Amino acid sequence: MSTRNADAFLVDYAAGAARAPVGLLVATHLALNPEARRAYRALEAAGGALLEGIAPAAVSSDALARVLARTETPEREPAPAPRPVAAESFLPRALAELAPEGIERLPWRRIIGGVEEAALPVSDGRAKATLLRIAAGRAIPAHTHRGLEMTLVLDGAFADEAGRYARGDVCVTDETITHAPAAERARDCVCLLVSEAPIRLTGRFMRLLNPFLPR
Amino acid sequence: MLSVNRPRPACGPDRFAALAIRLEGAGRLAYQGRMDYPSQAAGPAEHVALVLRIARDGDRAAFALLFGHFAPRVKGYLLRLGTDGATAEDLMQEVMFTVWRRASTYDPAQAGVATWIFTIARNKRIDVLRRAKRPEFDASDPAFAPDPPAEPDREAERGEWQGHIAAAMAELPAEQSDLLRLAYFEDLSHSDIAARLGLPLGTVKSRLRLAVGRLRIRFSDEV
Repeated sequence: MSTRNADAFLVDYAAGAARAPVGLLVATHLALNPEARRAYRALEAAGGALLEGIAPAAVSSDALARVLARTETPEREPAPAPRPVAAESFLPRALAELAPEGIERLPWRRIIGGVEEAALPVSDGRAKATLLRIAAGRAIPAHTHRGLEMTLVLDGAFADEAGRYARGDVCVTDETITHAPAAERARDCVCLLVSEAPIRLTGRFMRLLNPFLPR
Repeated sequence: MLSVNRPRPACGPDRFAALAIRLEGAGRLAYQGRMDYPSQAAGPAEHVALVLRIARDGDRAAFALLFGHFAPRVKGYLLRLGTDGATAEDLMQEVMFTVWRRASTYDPAQAGVATWIFTIARNKRIDVLRRAKRPEFDASDPAFAPDPPAEPDREAERGEWQGHIAAAMAELPAEQSDLLRLAYFEDLSHSDIAARLGLPLGTVKSRLRLAVGRLRIRFSDEV
């Protein structure tokens, strides 16, 4: 079954080891999910504890003097100009900045009936991040994955065998898991997807479509 | 008179408590002799006091003490991650200067000083060495789902977080804390850790899940 536990990815992100697509998904997940932030704060505190315990390294004998000298001149930290985002965006900022004109203006393309995907400029050569939309009441046919797949719900909700995933929830799957996420009837389900490879449809007839799925 | 431009040999981390700093010249400050502040063996609560002095009074003597404790550890952290000596020295100074600049934003209710400085060092390293801004979340974002309101009587305890989390870390079984060290100090994602150790990915994920579970429970006991 898919799992909603993303702890290993929280560790990656807290440690600074997460690559761009996973980092984007985790940052967005944390903006939307107060419960996940509790685990994350504990992990950042762990980072502080590890820093305290590390063997101190020798520093240059004029290091303090240099830093103190800098405190004399009013060096202002440049406030990062927030990139403009579409008004009333329901997307947390890190993601909204990647779609400054709103997600409707992204290049959406059909994957299979009722399911669309839009590319985001975020990849690390191994995994990429995309937006996924499952039309209200529709489902992605039963499929497994050829690697990691993480799905963060941004709007609406979907259900699979493991339960209901709503805004702020993360669904983690891989090549050992087959599922058929179904969007609720009330509204389209929009998700942020991080995946290492295209899905592999597993239904007896659906699998014939695998070579034709866009990538 | 110090010449800040001439390269100096490295010196040990424990000089700072008794170091007489003299910065002479027009418009510069001069400190001399021992400082009557908590010793360098000070713990987390003293570090909070130092940051608050820096924030409130621009207290450079307090900063020097904080520097004496954290600069060698920040540099040690950067070296552990494979940064070369000169870059680690520069980045460490950049981190400590950021500590000075951002002291007024430090909130003892949110985290201990070591945690705060760890996050500055982590982010600075990513920004500079990966030349990519780390994606962040922030509470002022309209899309941010706010925390449930904190219980007021818990707020006072948060200053002691740093000591408590250190105890929680020490209680983790080695097979869990070893994985955390690889993540924080070797810059390895959990799938890279599995590959490095030759462990099944599921094993690494479940050990990390157990570690996170224990840290989270211990942490929320305290807060």
